[in-house]
Amino acid sequence: MLDVEIRLRVNGSPRRHTVPPRLTLADYLRERCQLTGTHLGCEHGACGACTVLLDGAAVRACLMFAVQADGCEVTTVEGIAAPDGGLSRVQAALQEHHGLQCGFCTPGFVISATAFLRDTPNPTEEQIRDALSGNLCRCTGYQGIVKAVRAAAQAVAEQTR
Amino acid sequence: MKPPKFDYHAPADIHQTVGLLADLGEDAKVIAGGQSLVPLLALRLSFPEHLVDLRHVGLRGAQARGDALWVGACTTQATIERSAAVAAAVPLLARATPLIGHFQIRNRGTIGGSLAHADAAAEYPAVALALGAELETLSPRGPRTIPAMSFFTGRWTTELATDEVVTGIVFPPWPGRCGFAIEEFARRGHDFALAGAAVAVEVAGGGSIERCGIALFGLGPVPLRASAAETALIGSGVEDIADDEVGRLAVAGLDGVPADLHGSAGYRRQVGAVVVARAWQRAVQEARNA
Repeated sequence: MLDVEIRLRVNGSPRRHTVPPRLTLADYLRERCQLTGTHLGCEHGACGACTVLLDGAAVRACLMFAVQADGCEVTTVEGIAAPDGGLSRVQAALQEHHGLQCGFCTPGFVISATAFLRDTPNPTEEQIRDALSGNLCRCTGYQGIVKAVRAAAQAVAEQTR
Repeated sequence: MKPPKFDYHAPADIHQTVGLLADLGEDAKVIAGGQSLVPLLALRLSFPEHLVDLRHVGLRGAQARGDALWVGACTTQATIERSAAVAAAVPLLARATPLIGHFQIRNRGTIGGSLAHADAAAEYPAVALALGAELETLSPRGPRTIPAMSFFTGRWTTELATDEVVTGIVFPPWPGRCGFAIEEFARRGHDFALAGAAVAVEVAGGGSIERCGIALFGLGPVPLRASAAETALIGSGVEDIADDEVGRLAVAGLDGVPADLHGSAGYRRQVGAVVVARAWQRAVQEARNA
């Protein structure tokens, strides 16, 4: 089976690799780019742990192949914090509101919530819960996560006021 | 699990695509958004030797075509969800879209993919059936148009030949006093529905049912039209039929209702009658206020 050359940008840096077609974007990010912040839970699109931004849209990195990201811009959780390591609003809110315990699902929640709040700056409670429904957390529980996203939305609203 | 090995092709246009599919034959599979296919690959339920990616062929967006609306096969569900043209021309399509997967799935998943995958529990096949949509396809033998009514031929199987690709979907106009609704029940939000119904109805000036489409999903090996119920309803006064009666009519005589640990066939049938009744009630309400 023929390997394919791909060029893309990951967190702003150009990357060029030759990959087997069956390599998922998630495995590519973890194994070729050494960006292990993108986690893999179910590997078939159910859990959301591998969520990344593809040209700005939140997608499951386990449900596409690295070859399909050729020419695209990918943002992983490593690209969400400020370059000096300062937490993003969503990350800071998760920390403050006990939105994580073991942290395995957290990168997926951070990416999903970041994309959601960008597109829906003043969400209702229902919209928040709906937006988080594609990410599974098995230990923290969702109360703290929902609270954190609500707080992050308010922080954005206050800043733009 | 990791997907099995395959060769990857990303042809530059749709003509090259169907030519390639003709050359590769049975061993090739088309991938668009991949949100149904990649899980099947990861679970090794599907193991094609070649994947032919539609990412460079275009076929995106929604355009008026006369009174009808054409939607390109590669249009993502997220684009459809945000499209003002879709919301205005095909409200049922707009209303069905947020029920599909999660927003991360809808960012990749396409309408052509949803229809060609033909999952009996999926929303878009039911919407296409209820509205009497037509699928435009292309193969090396040329283009053809397939009515949604004859497109779904069996479990995950369609009328498409191995070298044929859906290029677009044409939704016919529903002029007059019309109403549209989709209802489904799933144990968790955005999961595949245990049972669902998409309803389109036109009410005549005198209050009788002029035209209706009732499509059922999750209730058989293929998405279904409740044709017998529709025939019985046309010409009746909307006041004269109870919503529950429409539900009962729609699920009467259903064969091959699926059964698994999430629900027996009897349970699904019962839920089916309820979702039909709810969708009917909302669609009729909208038509009467139109």
